Amino acid sequence: MSGLTPSQTVGPYFAMRLPWPDGPYVVTDGTPDAITIVGRVFDGAGNVIPDAIIETWQADQDGRFAHPDDPRGASPAGYGGFRGFGRCETAADGSYRIVTVKPGPLPTPDGDIEAPHLDVSVFARGLLDRLVTRMYFPDELAANAADPVLCSVEPARRGTLIAIAEPEGHLRFDVWLQGGRETVFFDL
Amino acid sequence: MTSDVRTAFRQETQPQVRQEPSRLLLPVYERPPAGVHPPLDYSGYRSTALRHPKRPLVLLPHRLTEVTGPLLGSDLITATDADLTAQHDGEPIGQRIIVTGRVLDSDGRPVPDTLLEIWQANAAGRYRHSREHHPAPLDPNFTGIGRCITDAGGRYRFVTIAPGAYPWGNHYNAWRPAHIHFSLFGRAFSQRLVTQMYFPGDPLLVLDPMFNSVPDEAARQRLIARFDINLTQPEWALGYEWDIVLRGRSATAFEEPHE
Repeated sequence: MSGLTPSQTVGPYFAMRLPWPDGPYVVTDGTPDAITIVGRVFDGAGNVIPDAIIETWQADQDGRFAHPDDPRGASPAGYGGFRGFGRCETAADGSYRIVTVKPGPLPTPDGDIEAPHLDVSVFARGLLDRLVTRMYFPDELAANAADPVLCSVEPARRGTLIAIAEPEGHLRFDVWLQGGRETVFFDL
Repeated sequence: MTSDVRTAFRQETQPQVRQEPSRLLLPVYERPPAGVHPPLDYSGYRSTALRHPKRPLVLLPHRLTEVTGPLLGSDLITATDADLTAQHDGEPIGQRIIVTGRVLDSDGRPVPDTLLEIWQANAAGRYRHSREHHPAPLDPNFTGIGRCITDAGGRYRFVTIAPGAYPWGNHYNAWRPAHIHFSLFGRAFSQRLVTQMYFPGDPLLVLDPMFNSVPDEAARQRLIARFDINLTQPEWALGYEWDIVLRGRSATAFEEPHE
């Protein structure tokens, strides 16, 4: 077995390379049923973090992945322009934005059903390793209540993983790296 | 949560699930041994103080979202992306270097067709970035960014300029050793890695909080590339080799055998 290569921080200058012009677009602009996820990233003093980068990974609307390790294969619907992956650096006000579609529920090897979710990575100066969290949807009360991952989180903190529906139709998913509102992060 | 809710939800989704295999079999990625990755709370690197979670991380099983990942293809790559000395009209100032190696998983298997992204300072230790204020010159012929896709054997290759060391405000007289930032996707969300490659013999390494944040000595040494005279091209460029090892899959009964 070869030894793993350690993680190192993205540092302050990742914006030279990592942002892509279409990075925030998991689906192409104008896709029917597209949703916009907005949020801000905060540190332990409640200050916004203007040098973080958020990445998202998710299933398509049918809960499938165009990937060899999804034994069911890509969705027969063949959603054109769906990349599954989103990437957005935070702006001066700590904000990011991802344009995507809501994924379908996912089966697990144990026979459970995972509620629709996005896996989220957070990178920033001051983070020596990436942080991993998940975003769930606020209109999935029953599915969220049955989700094995959410159920493994202490009830008082589950809310940090569930996006908030905003009046203008966006979903808000703020990420708090530390402090009283600290987001639940996962050991992957 | 009640079991009624779960049962009702399963019935709702039954039409989607019916044509799928009766039992979903997924790979599981190994958990990194202790000491390989830096702790999130590391006093030597001041910026970690307000940016590390204080609550324990919650164990996330590896399921569909974690064992899959973006397979970003060569449509992203342009001709000069892997040659950072050829992205402008003129040649950049500095020592030309070749940086090459393989992307492997921890079982030694190559990771083919995976995207690498790199960024670095120029020969004077200056990054081309709006928030960079080090009073060293920018090089009009060097941007310091690259991309490449591994070949079928997991190999990547960049041509670039040896980056300079640069000062940072972490503590008095703090200098980062010369390094190149690497971002890798692997084949799964679980394999995603952002790291830095260092150069052999750099006297700044023993003083660098980021390098030394890796607890395990052997793991830390794996961040340092190896100079190789056989990769060095006469009258042209120094050659360095650096293999990058991503998490492998745990042994599972259903996995296909491999050499």
